[in-house]
Amino acid sequence: MCGIVGLFLKDQKLHPDLGSMLTTMLITMTNRGPDSAGIAIYGPGCEDKCKLTIQSDNPSNDFKSLVDNLKKTIGCDVSVVKKDTHAVLYLPTVSIGAAKEQIAKRHKSIRVMSCGNSIEIYKEVGLPSDVARRFQIETMTGSHGVGHTRMATESEVNTMGAHPFSTGDDQCLVHNGSLSNHNRLRLNLVRNGAKIETNNDSEVAAAYLTLQMQQGSTLDEALRSSLVDLDGFFTFVVGTKYGFGVVRDPIACKPAVMAETNQYVAFGSEYRALVNLPQIDNARVWEPEPATVYFWKH
Amino acid sequence: MRIFDLETESLRTLNKMLQAKVHDTNQAHWQIENPKGGHAIAVGLDAFIEVTVIGSAGYYCGGMNKKATINVQGSVGPGVAENMMSGKIVVEGDASQYAGATGNGGMLVIKGNASSRCGISMKGIDIVVHGNIGHMSAFMAQSGNLVVLGNVGDAFGDSLYEARLFVRGEVKSLGTDCIKKEMRPEHLAILQRLLEEAGANCRAEEFTRYGSARKLYNFNVDNASAY
Repeated sequence: MCGIVGLFLKDQKLHPDLGSMLTTMLITMTNRGPDSAGIAIYGPGCEDKCKLTIQSDNPSNDFKSLVDNLKKTIGCDVSVVKKDTHAVLYLPTVSIGAAKEQIAKRHKSIRVMSCGNSIEIYKEVGLPSDVARRFQIETMTGSHGVGHTRMATESEVNTMGAHPFSTGDDQCLVHNGSLSNHNRLRLNLVRNGAKIETNNDSEVAAAYLTLQMQQGSTLDEALRSSLVDLDGFFTFVVGTKYGFGVVRDPIACKPAVMAETNQYVAFGSEYRALVNLPQIDNARVWEPEPATVYFWKH
Repeated sequence: MRIFDLETESLRTLNKMLQAKVHDTNQAHWQIENPKGGHAIAVGLDAFIEVTVIGSAGYYCGGMNKKATINVQGSVGPGVAENMMSGKIVVEGDASQYAGATGNGGMLVIKGNASSRCGISMKGIDIVVHGNIGHMSAFMAQSGNLVVLGNVGDAFGDSLYEARLFVRGEVKSLGTDCIKKEMRPEHLAILQRLLEEAGANCRAEEFTRYGSARKLYNFNVDNASAY
């Protein structure tokens, strides 16, 4: 099954409520998947700094030694906001590459959840309500975000197997379904320079879209080509720094419902996820068509 | 009339009460408030009662219905009226996937659009959709009537048996073994009656009939021993 939700706020007045709105939506979808849960929030960023969201099972020691090491090796100014097993590092954009290199080389128990000016991803094993509480998602502000609660089919139930998957700066994807050609596609993507960290099929879809966009496609073009190159069942909700997209495979057996008002665009695996949104009774509510790309941009 | 608020009372209590009703019940009309997209609302009913749902319902609304009349003043999720035996279900809004799937009898009316797999494997139910329906509708439909006032998606009536399909709009593509058929007086009579029962204000003559060409493997008597 899996449950996915997404929210793209057109009205800035709603931005302070993004975290709480998404949390309510995701908790409603809990019984579609109890294995793990995650949320990506596109919040306020600062142009010269980059946010690196990291995770460790031993956060107090690992994060301290990383920050000490980064100060020593890169010599840059690092500020840290720690939340449970995750932390957001604020780094000068020019130092991001070096920081990632240090993490990969010397801090093997730290995993990178996301990187970008705007995006933060929090995901762990557990129910949406627990994950949201641990990371204080309800207090988060932002312009758009996606959430996922997982019933695992492909790959292990652990932090890295949780959604959203981020394979490029300020990009993320959540997936309901299962892909059948992900093994071959993974090999091709890796050969073309993609960085894929798990055996999960959804991460392959994320990396595919990232590579398409690196090669010059816009998000909606990348989603359109996914309909040709990806085989299997999928409903995807994807985020970029300014954009928000939805696509379903041509068979479209994974459920999806959308609602739009002049304040927001919302996605839910089921209508239940949308019932608490403002003015939902007056929203345009529809089921996204199969093999059709839906796309919004700030 | 009994008003039942799903915000304050549980779905299980509601369904238990509705399922316990018998023919001579003195509570003939029920109104369900705050469905909020909840699943399995008013399923397994077996009495001549009227149930009105104020708002939108989730999966399997009115599933396995017998005798009861259910009116949903909103939209419904996947599997509305799944395996309905008799009675009538009217949805004022849209329906998601596999509306009326495997239904044995009774009538399902969708005033808006239905999505993919509408009437899949239907076995005697009558379905009237005022709007459009999606792909793979009436797949392996065995008997009953599917009436669509709007347009139909891809692969309509694939591997059809004896169900009658009537469409007023365009069909994007026909499934394997589904063909256009002649509209004879007996079909016009059936269709006109269904349109009236479903509150559809149009004439039977505006429709095209589709049905099985009976050319698939299972229709050839030489293959009878395979079953």
